[in-house]
Amino acid sequence: MVGIVGYGAHIPRHRIKVEEIAKVWGADAPSYKKGLLLREKSVPTPDVDTITLSVEATRNALRRAQINPKDIGAVYVGSESHPYAVKPSGTTVAEAIGAVPDCHCADFEFACKAGSEAMFVCLGLVKSGYVKYALAVGGDTSQGAPGDALEYSASAGAAAFIMGTKDVIAEVLHTHSFMTDTPDFWRREHEFYPQHGGRFTGEPAYFRTVTGAANAIMKKAKMTAKDFDYVVFHQPNGKFPLRVGEMLGFKKEQIEPGWLSPRLGNTYSGASPMGLTATLDIAKPGDLILMVSYGSGAGSDAFVWRVTDRINEVRDLAVHTTKLLDENLIYVDYGTYAKYRHKILKNK
Amino acid sequence: MRDVAVVGIGIMKWGELWEKSFRDIFTEAGLNAIDDAGVDHIDSLLVGCMSGGLFVGQEHIGAIMADYLGQKHIAAGRVESACASGGLAFRQAFIEVASGMSDIVMAGGVEKMTDVSGDGATYALATAADQEYEVFNGVTFPGLYAMMARIYMQKYKVTRRELSAIPFKSHQNGAKNPYAQYPFPIKIEDVENGVLVADPLHILDCSPITDGGAAVILTTVDIAKKLKKPIIKVIGSGLATDTISLHQRDNMIWLKSTELAGKKAYEMAGKKPEDIDLVEVHDCFSIAEALVTEALGFFKPGTGVKAAAEGLTALNGKLPVNTSGGLKSKGHPVGATGIGQVVEIVKQLRGTAENGRQVKKARVGMTQNMGGSGASGVVHIMEVV
Amino acid sequence: MFPARIWREFPQRYRREAAICKKCGKRYFPPRLICAECGGRKFETYVLPDEATVVTFTVIRVAAQQYSDMAPYAIGIVKFDDGLQMMGQIVDCDVDKLKIGMKVRLEFRKVQSHDHHGVLSYAHKFVPKWY
Repeated sequence: MVGIVGYGAHIPRHRIKVEEIAKVWGADAPSYKKGLLLREKSVPTPDVDTITLSVEATRNALRRAQINPKDIGAVYVGSESHPYAVKPSGTTVAEAIGAVPDCHCADFEFACKAGSEAMFVCLGLVKSGYVKYALAVGGDTSQGAPGDALEYSASAGAAAFIMGTKDVIAEVLHTHSFMTDTPDFWRREHEFYPQHGGRFTGEPAYFRTVTGAANAIMKKAKMTAKDFDYVVFHQPNGKFPLRVGEMLGFKKEQIEPGWLSPRLGNTYSGASPMGLTATLDIAKPGDLILMVSYGSGAGSDAFVWRVTDRINEVRDLAVHTTKLLDENLIYVDYGTYAKYRHKILKNK
Repeated sequence: MRDVAVVGIGIMKWGELWEKSFRDIFTEAGLNAIDDAGVDHIDSLLVGCMSGGLFVGQEHIGAIMADYLGQKHIAAGRVESACASGGLAFRQAFIEVASGMSDIVMAGGVEKMTDVSGDGATYALATAADQEYEVFNGVTFPGLYAMMARIYMQKYKVTRRELSAIPFKSHQNGAKNPYAQYPFPIKIEDVENGVLVADPLHILDCSPITDGGAAVILTTVDIAKKLKKPIIKVIGSGLATDTISLHQRDNMIWLKSTELAGKKAYEMAGKKPEDIDLVEVHDCFSIAEALVTEALGFFKPGTGVKAAAEGLTALNGKLPVNTSGGLKSKGHPVGATGIGQVVEIVKQLRGTAENGRQVKKARVGMTQNMGGSGASGVVHIMEVV
Repeated sequence: MFPARIWREFPQRYRREAAICKKCGKRYFPPRLICAECGGRKFETYVLPDEATVVTFTVIRVAAQQYSDMAPYAIGIVKFDDGLQMMGQIVDCDVDKLKIGMKVRLEFRKVQSHDHHGVLSYAHKFVPKWY
């Protein structure tokens, strides 16, 4: 059996509300909240980056996996906000958890899909027997340009999964990846903020790709929407996953446990992986979960997971994702947010 | 071991000396000491300086100061032990004379701190702490002493107002010292109303950034007699160390290095705490003065702040502490501080302290100079012969 | 900052590796070459836990150059159950509600950025325990 043997998430405690951002730009907060179903988003403090989020998420995954970190043979961190342009994030994560030195390591980048990419590769490696365990992390401290629509959603968080063949929590039954060259969102080298194609990011990009991957994997698995207990989609805002779920025939109850974006924002590479952690937190043995990521550029990775009996043993060995999401929050104003995100020009 | 006496003292007005350079500051103090001693040369020079490199980009301080002091080709070197550099220079000079290696030795100290910005000075001073396990995390010196104050005040139920008695007293004394950087009295409520630096320490709990130099001349008692100078004999010297990082100490509010340095000095001098007529201590922060007076055996643990609040350490108190104004009012040019303390004690023992701050019947005086959060402690006892 | 200086501290900063004297059992963080209690030179490495108790703290309002953007920030000394102490920043907290005796959890954080172009320095900071 191949699948997830440990999972964990991490979210910064700070939040900013949609109203607080809208106030600064003279935008209409109610229309953002209603139109995109966004309420607030997580904000990383200056001492938090993709590496620190990845380490903390991985430590939670290790608490559940209860394995020796030295047995992890591959470490892959997927992000579009790796702290270094050149130098891997994964080596720091591997060093911090004690997986070095006998370990393969690479950083992944594919807009919001880098985390699921790492998960797919890790599953392949443990299935092939190349490594005993493989660690996949999806995490970001994503940046939205000041005043841009993305500023209301670009947030921070990470999810980590340890893949293996023994003591599996969620077995992978099927995978399918779908991708085309669709330039809906990009950031050129040396540019600080990404750019996007506005409404072009919708129908021809997100919806076509997500439904393409979802329909293909369900066909492969000979399943339909009603066969699944839960479904997790990439969630660039609150609205898209609900709409794509509706298009595919899913009910809101199937989506809800992993639908974090209204109160988390879009954690990019962490988005659907974190949705999966929240879903595993409440899943029962035997539950079937469909997960479909999305990364601009554009592609989707889809997975069908079947939860095992072991979930009941490990669920509470680490903090639940919704606890990190909903409790002990610190709200910041736009000035503090702008300082934390280095949006204020200072003298050198 | 030969008997050693201080025969010359050289001080200058401390403060923000914009027009004076690093070398000029030391030279001025050094020449004052030579003139006061009435010697025509010195055999050797030891300069205490904490961080010429970070403050003015100048190392190799022994040679430059000997040269500018007009003492061509003499033996000279720089002594460093953070804020205890001056006290250490004095001890090394004492040993050099006592051992017979040299007859006339200058122990000096200097720091030029205003050629860098405030946060640059904070950075330079923080190098006296553990770089990798304290400073790395963003701690500053006020921060370290604030953490000590926090424990002390909670453990011994000391109020904010009681702690303010220490800087209040320092400024009472410093107002009478014409060489002090801030020679004016303050109101006790000014301390708690001042800007916070590191909770619970406010700006007036902290010694300032100061440019300044000081120098003294040591020689044998025999030579001192020929110079026809008042003979202030050095009768005790102690130096001890502790862990550089505060968090590695079992008791973070007990200055073990000062306690041990004090014990050595008392033993060598054949004196007890009750024999000391006045003391200059290293009050880099208000709380430090209390901790030092406890470690030296003047007050029981936990009673140092209350002793100050009750006036026991005032000029006319049972044990006058920091008649010069201390680091707080007189200023704290780090490398010069330990020598500045000796200058004050010698003045007091000679009976020449200015402006009514002379302690009556002062026969035995002590200095205590400290480095870091107490990792180095240097204590000297001097007596009128 | 030159990278070697950051790199050689990774075992302590990333993994909280401490040392225990094989002869007398005295514990050290960071590890040392000789035991100051018994003179022993052989040590065993062990990992400090991820929870500790605040023994003292302050709020730095006037910071050194490389930290001035962060000020004001809390910094404290915490004690582990085995008696060892560590210094670090206390973050994600209301500085007015800090207390001696409060429990904290150690979290992996960026400690220094070295002006946006140097090697990043990571270590642990303390976060008030809330779950």
